[in-house]
Amino acid sequence: MWYYEKKLQYPVKVRECNPRLAKYLIEQYGGADGELSAALRYLNQRYTIPGKVIGLLNDIGTEEFAHLEMIATMVYKLTKDASPEQLKEAGLAPHYVNHDGALFYHNSAGNPWTAEYIQAKGDPIADIYEDIAAEEKARATYQWIINVSDDPELNDSLRFLREREIVHSQRFREAVEILKEERDKKTIF
Amino acid sequence: MSHTKTMPPEYYAQLEQIQAIDFVIVELNLYLDTHPHDYQAIQQYNQCTYESKRLKKQFEKQFGPLMHFGRSYSNYPWNWDDTPWPWQV
Amino acid sequence: MSHTNKKYWYPYVSPYDPCKPITVKSYPTPPQLYMGFQPPNLAQFETPKQALFHGTLWPALYSKYDKRGDET
Repeated sequence: MWYYEKKLQYPVKVRECNPRLAKYLIEQYGGADGELSAALRYLNQRYTIPGKVIGLLNDIGTEEFAHLEMIATMVYKLTKDASPEQLKEAGLAPHYVNHDGALFYHNSAGNPWTAEYIQAKGDPIADIYEDIAAEEKARATYQWIINVSDDPELNDSLRFLREREIVHSQRFREAVEILKEERDKKTIF
Repeated sequence: MSHTKTMPPEYYAQLEQIQAIDFVIVELNLYLDTHPHDYQAIQQYNQCTYESKRLKKQFEKQFGPLMHFGRSYSNYPWNWDDTPWPWQV
Repeated sequence: MSHTNKKYWYPYVSPYDPCKPITVKSYPTPPQLYMGFQPPNLAQFETPKQALFHGTLWPALYSKYDKRGDET
């Protein structure tokens, strides 16, 4: 089971009400390479991956939920108390008429999150390579969001999240090496 | 009635200390998942865990429980669900 | 383990390209591409707060990212 801790993994500060930026950030909330996809991908793969890397999938998957919460906090703060007019100006009128100010698991273009974003092939190498690719894609998405964001305090938190993708990618690369090792040669009786 | 319970600077300062030590713990945890025999890293992990527990005990005395489901103690009345939540501060 | 954090390439430019051509393009090549299996006892950031603010415990895994165009 999981326990909730009443703190963010990293402080999130937002300088100003900026719904347009929230629209971009939602990509990492309900997008293909976003934090929801990441958490669900890893936690689902752990049931059928060899024992030596279950712990890693479990722990990275858990950290991804902390990142999901950071993104939600950014979106929440950027849009809190924004008027329908402001949302409209930011291109969020279609979101507003369906959800008011509520968050929803969709990407920047409004496509709802779908399980088709994640894979579980059952082949350990295929699954971990998918995870490495997912981390690199999420890293790239953070880069592109930083490029279009003009909020320096928000960018600080986004740089933290980008760096986490790098560390996760490093660990998954090590997981491949662990899976390649000849340590547990099949014993024939 | 608006909920303007401004948190004092100590809240943010102590929280940041906890975030920092817990971050080191996360990093060491993931590292140890792929390096299970690194004795020094395990020692550091245990030291940081001790320090984290100490900081949280101190924080909870002033600002209420950090965790639910029996991982923190409650005052009277029940104060787990007091605002602010992490996304609100 | 020394490597650059960025690689450059020179795209083809046609006289009929409508947008102002970018003659040099770059992409990041962060440290996880080079480290291999992380060696034990890598140097760490000095304080937990420094580690937190860099997003990693180890300077060798830290990759700075600035907005495109900010850097020279």
